[in-house]
Amino acid sequence: MDTILRAEGLRKTFTLSRKQQQLEKTKQKVKVAVDGLSFEANRGEIFGLLGPNGAGKTTTLRMLATLIRPDKGDAFVDGVSIIKNPDAVRGRIGFLTGELKLEDFFTPDYLFDFFSDLHGVEPATAAARKKELFAKFGIDRFAEVKVANLSTGMKQKISLVISVVHDPDIIIFDEPTNGLDVLTAKVVTDFLLELRERGKTVILSTHIFSLVEKLCDRVGIIIDGRMVACDSLPTVCNGLSLEDRFFELYKAHVGEEV
Amino acid sequence: MTVRRNNVLTIMKKELRRFFGDRRMLLTIILPGLLIYIIYSLMGNALSENLLGGGEAAEYRVMVHNSSEAVSTIVLNAGLNVTFFKSPEGESYDAEFSPENMAESLGNGTYHLYMVFPEDFDAKVAAYDPLGGQPAPEVRMYYNSANQDSAMAYSLMLEILNAFESSMANRFDVNVSPDETFDVATEEDMTGMIFSMLMPMLLVMLTFSSCMAMTTESIAGEKERGTIATLLVTPVKRSELAIGKIAALSLISLVAGLCNFLGVLLALPKLMGGEDLDMVNASVYGMTDYLMILAVILSTVLMFVALIAILSALAGSVKEASGLVSPLMLVVTVIGVSGMFGSGTVQSALFAIPVYNSVQCISGIFSMSISLPQILITVASNLITAGILAWILTRMFNSERIMFKK
Repeated sequence: MDTILRAEGLRKTFTLSRKQQQLEKTKQKVKVAVDGLSFEANRGEIFGLLGPNGAGKTTTLRMLATLIRPDKGDAFVDGVSIIKNPDAVRGRIGFLTGELKLEDFFTPDYLFDFFSDLHGVEPATAAARKKELFAKFGIDRFAEVKVANLSTGMKQKISLVISVVHDPDIIIFDEPTNGLDVLTAKVVTDFLLELRERGKTVILSTHIFSLVEKLCDRVGIIIDGRMVACDSLPTVCNGLSLEDRFFELYKAHVGEEV
Repeated sequence: MTVRRNNVLTIMKKELRRFFGDRRMLLTIILPGLLIYIIYSLMGNALSENLLGGGEAAEYRVMVHNSSEAVSTIVLNAGLNVTFFKSPEGESYDAEFSPENMAESLGNGTYHLYMVFPEDFDAKVAAYDPLGGQPAPEVRMYYNSANQDSAMAYSLMLEILNAFESSMANRFDVNVSPDETFDVATEEDMTGMIFSMLMPMLLVMLTFSSCMAMTTESIAGEKERGTIATLLVTPVKRSELAIGKIAALSLISLVAGLCNFLGVLLALPKLMGGEDLDMVNASVYGMTDYLMILAVILSTVLMFVALIAILSALAGSVKEASGLVSPLMLVVTVIGVSGMFGSGTVQSALFAIPVYNSVQCISGIFSMSISLPQILITVASNLITAGILAWILTRMFNSERIMFKK
């Protein structure tokens, strides 16, 4: 197996403000969001991070995308350290999450060119890729319409296209189908499968069991910032459905009924 | 820290497109200068009308007791619009000149002035010997200072009487040769005084406010809308992002600053009296002066933008950023106003203090009392400050605590 991404003991803590302490009903000043997380993803597979809200999935992905720095541990993307060389890591990954927005004032056409420039893509290559991706997602008809005037679904598709302008080998998606209607969600999941066919690696986070069962080759289950199981889907499930297996693991680690 | 020029340019181009492609943004650039021009032109016209044209149309009605031939002649020769009314005699005189009646007539404008000459005023004046110890003949004038026309009539007649008096005992004159100019102030001096007084304050404040509008929008705005995060996941270095943004925003603010400058430059002569008094005229300044101004404004703008960018990066929204920048605006205003008074000689070392140095430089350039080293110190100091601030901004772009705080 060709490992393309390796996380080693990632740990991230956040300082809680007094108000947050009250909200979470705790006296602790520091909240551990991710606690010594390690896993590997192989080239050409879809790897899913499954866990409830607040388990640390998004924090993990943001560390991998170098938006935030781990307190401890490191991760290597295609052999490049996210701590020592974050700029180079960003050139190798595509990252998509709901918190990354596009400027309303510009058109999809301009934004594609702008981000291609920032990723250092040759103009000719960028033009060909734009034509192909815009056609695939039906953006071509709206290429010259300002983002402000587009529907939510169309905006999501444009964000998706922008995140892969540089044809990265690793694509990291945080909750890829959240808030999308069934049609757009299907377009997105089909695109993920297509990326795998083309030998790309997809890391995605979700709390939806069916999405993991439908897409993922391997899955890591995160509970309270810790990886409680990480292997191929059949091995993790161990004969149970993913849902049943998840609650079994949850009960074992949290120690109470859901 | 290597910076790829290419990425800086890409970021700059995007910012420029964002502002110059937006009509509303363009308007905010051009509007202040245009408004100043219009307002100052209107103010200038109103001002000169008040000073020169005021009261010309009015006719002054003066009730006189015991007229003076000499005074009437002076009034007639001066072409003043004064009509004298001869007072009634006897009891009617007492009724007319009673305090109650005078108050009423002066109040409602029936008459604007009551004058009482002594009998045979002209003869008494001619015969009067100042050294003789006798009291001089007295002219009494009753007027109402609350009535504008009455007050004008009073000061007009007072002037006439004073002129008459000094013509009686004319021992010497001051400045009467009609062909000679006694005020040696040149156009340069006047222009220098007016411009160096008003320009620094107006220019620094206007420039700051346009920097503020652009920068808070571009940095706090992008943070608020979550679009800066999209930039942060590209391989763009934080330093490239900081430099690209500061450069583009400075360029836009510079254009805005120059529009303001042009507006003020054209408007000030209008404020100072319009075409009638062409003592204030921007044409007294040469190319070198304007180049120096440009250098000072550019370096100031770079520093302003970097400073506001840091505060904007700290803020979570445009609103919050404006709140953080307002105290700074106050400081800049106070320093700008200081340029109106502190026109004494300034030590060169003080030109290293940002903002203060810009105000002094602009004042100095317009009053033509600046030296080249002072300009160089100012520009260098501003550029170094801007550089340090840009480095801080880079560090801030790197900080997840600042960029992703909720």
